[in-house]
Amino acid sequence: MSEIKKIKKGLNINLKGKAEKVFIKAKPSETYAVKPIDFAGLMPKLSVVEGDEVKAGTTLFYSKSDSRIKFTAPMCGRVKEIIRGERRKIQEVIIEACDKIEYETFVKADPSSLDRKAIIENLLESGLWPSIKQRPYNIIANPDNTPKSIFISGIDSAPLGVDYDFLMQDCEKEFQVGVHALRKLTKGNVHLSINGKYPPVKAFKNVKNTEIHKFTGPHPVGNVGTQIHHIDPINKGEIVWTVEPQNVVMIGKLFLNGRYDARKIVALTGSEVYKPRYYKVISGCCITSLTEDNVRKGNQRYISGNVLTGKQIEPDGYLGFYDSSVTIIPEGNEYKFLGWLSPGFNKFSSSPSFLSRLIPNKEFTINSNLNGGRRALMITGQFEKVFPMDIYPMQLLKAIIIEDIDLMEKLGIYEVAEEDFALCEFVDTSKTEIQAIVRKGLDLMIKEMN
Amino acid sequence: MKGLRNYLNKIKPNFEKGGKLEKLHTLYDAIDTFLFVPDKVAKTGTHIRDSIDMKRTMIIVVIAMVPALLFGMWNVGYHHFLSIGELAGKTLWQIFGYGFLRVLPLILVSYVTGLTIEIIFSHIRNHEVPEGFFVTGMLIPMIMPVDVPLWMVSVSTAFAVIIGIEVFGGSGMNILNPALTARAFLFFAYPSSMSGDKVWISGLKNGESVVDGFTGETVMGYAANGKLSEMNFSPHDMFMGTIPGSIGETSTLAILIGAVILIVTGIGSWKIITSVFAGGAFIGLILNLFAVNDYMSLPYWQHLIIGGFAFGAVFMATDPVSAAQTEKGKFIYGFLIGILAILIRVLNPAYPEGVMLAILLMNVFAPLIDHYVIEANIKKRMKRLKASRA
Repeated sequence: MSEIKKIKKGLNINLKGKAEKVFIKAKPSETYAVKPIDFAGLMPKLSVVEGDEVKAGTTLFYSKSDSRIKFTAPMCGRVKEIIRGERRKIQEVIIEACDKIEYETFVKADPSSLDRKAIIENLLESGLWPSIKQRPYNIIANPDNTPKSIFISGIDSAPLGVDYDFLMQDCEKEFQVGVHALRKLTKGNVHLSINGKYPPVKAFKNVKNTEIHKFTGPHPVGNVGTQIHHIDPINKGEIVWTVEPQNVVMIGKLFLNGRYDARKIVALTGSEVYKPRYYKVISGCCITSLTEDNVRKGNQRYISGNVLTGKQIEPDGYLGFYDSSVTIIPEGNEYKFLGWLSPGFNKFSSSPSFLSRLIPNKEFTINSNLNGGRRALMITGQFEKVFPMDIYPMQLLKAIIIEDIDLMEKLGIYEVAEEDFALCEFVDTSKTEIQAIVRKGLDLMIKEMN
Repeated sequence: MKGLRNYLNKIKPNFEKGGKLEKLHTLYDAIDTFLFVPDKVAKTGTHIRDSIDMKRTMIIVVIAMVPALLFGMWNVGYHHFLSIGELAGKTLWQIFGYGFLRVLPLILVSYVTGLTIEIIFSHIRNHEVPEGFFVTGMLIPMIMPVDVPLWMVSVSTAFAVIIGIEVFGGSGMNILNPALTARAFLFFAYPSSMSGDKVWISGLKNGESVVDGFTGETVMGYAANGKLSEMNFSPHDMFMGTIPGSIGETSTLAILIGAVILIVTGIGSWKIITSVFAGGAFIGLILNLFAVNDYMSLPYWQHLIIGGFAFGAVFMATDPVSAAQTEKGKFIYGFLIGILAILIRVLNPAYPEGVMLAILLMNVFAPLIDHYVIEANIKKRMKRLKASRA
């Protein structure tokens, strides 16, 4: 096993409401949803209409640009509603769950006995293909490409992130089969990054056919982008794929059982949750099955994912495709008298100008207030402290704003995704919407390069 | 505070679009956001944001300037009474009070002029009023001689805000440090009010009775005229600041207190501050080695405590907008400011003080420094690409 890679730059945001390491079997959700908005740049085409009966694994919609990429139902039942937003854009396909789960059948075979094409075919058909993302651009992988390598991050360092060493306890076999399948898709290695601080969970420790890397340091050490940068950075023209551990398990189950088995574990976290814990659910479930009687009354913000990169959802919204946590924090739409002058014992900041820095290990309740007004990008040196890549974040951001493709490329746009800039957005004094700018830049690159 | 908030909420509609006082919206907004951090929430991206904002950033810089400002006020009184021979018997409060009354009008004029223009431009641009002028408005009087006429402060502030900031697109887009732009404007437009031996002491210009032997010359003045040997200020005086000079620049000690505040809070770049001092000391040493006159042989460390060197290093060079923006670039930028400031000071007899020009010059070159720093990063990436293709 390789030596430990230490990441120095970054920021741990110590929030209140960390999930206690207890598994709770969630009350079965009555409805499930698959949301096209979870997939950047996707133009969905429907395969079902309202009222259709579906099994777990039945295609609900597919990508307009590549009809092979299918999105399937995580649960059997009846298509209850197709919710559309502006310009009839599909927002959610909602399924009313059946009582006893039935599965579509897919190929059940040892991936080492299958060829690459057959594995890709099986993943595409089952609807698990979208769980494989590609860098550059942080979009669903293109099945025609052969990636340089595949990266799995076994660390979630985000605020209130899940502990993979806890939730991967009982899936050693499935994870291994998933890795075998992925290994066939790349010319290079499957890289698994694990937390260098603790002995890893068996599923990670015993896994074969991968190269294991140990990382320590503050967030964003768990971001797969950070790990790629420090293991085998992406150059122009190169492609790598990334998969999250729980999705590797689902891929494993596909080859073991021939089913799209979307069961996963999510953490219910955040300062507004009475008992933050881990829940066994099925992907795409309605979060009310977790939050019932467990959330403080009041004006709260519900987030599928973590506070840095998650998406805001309704209190009766649905878990996002890629998310392993649901976070609930107070909404911050209130005024604070001379708030910018306070000594700040209770206010979290990366800036030492707040006295809260003097209290180590303090857990903070942070609401969604911007804590200030939008300004020009004036302060320098802030981003660099939380951006552990050999890339100039401010300059790259400015290149994106002025839409200078050539400069974006030179400054390293191929290596980054929105999430890599999340901490920059958090610390930014000027309150700029940085992740949105980065996404715009990535979309622009996709357009220019094709 | 609820009452105040309710009152503001009640009058707010008058200032919004279609309201009676719509034209005063920007002003209302500036006051409202000054009193209350607004209720705006994160819409896209991260759901939580750091507690720091531009108001807090800027107010900390102002707080860091307070020691130098208070000392400057006392120093104005001290030198005034010294010059007319009435120092004996004056209490600390009388001395400070005199200086306070002399300096306060300068501060007021600077703020009123600058903020009025800022608010008008923010209104035209439909922006919130930026906080940068909190700092600039305080810096301008601190780098003026105390006897500068108020109208000059007003004109130079207007020049700095309009030509220095707004023509480039507003706060954050400027190339030059706005406060130094104001000073440079006065320095070249009205040299007689900005240099010589009469302007640094309150009352001297008006020919108030002066005790025999009192000159009012600054250290820089002595040095530029080749009369360093006639000067009777000790390094201790220079460090503590009991010497004539611009209002805020004399006390290195007070400025260093400000530097500590800026560095501890992380608001000012320690990289810039330390490298300016390093650059100054470095060139001072070289001049010492090749000294052919009194000024060149002035011990290198004394350069750092005279004139506006320390003030420039701590409060001017660190302006993040006009400084180099890359972390490596900040070292280079600061070091070159230190070198240039002392070189202009010692080798160019036309300019007794070189800090202002050195910083303005490096403001212009900062983007070039950044360019090369970034170019190096780009080259590294290109090399990696080549290696991977090979």
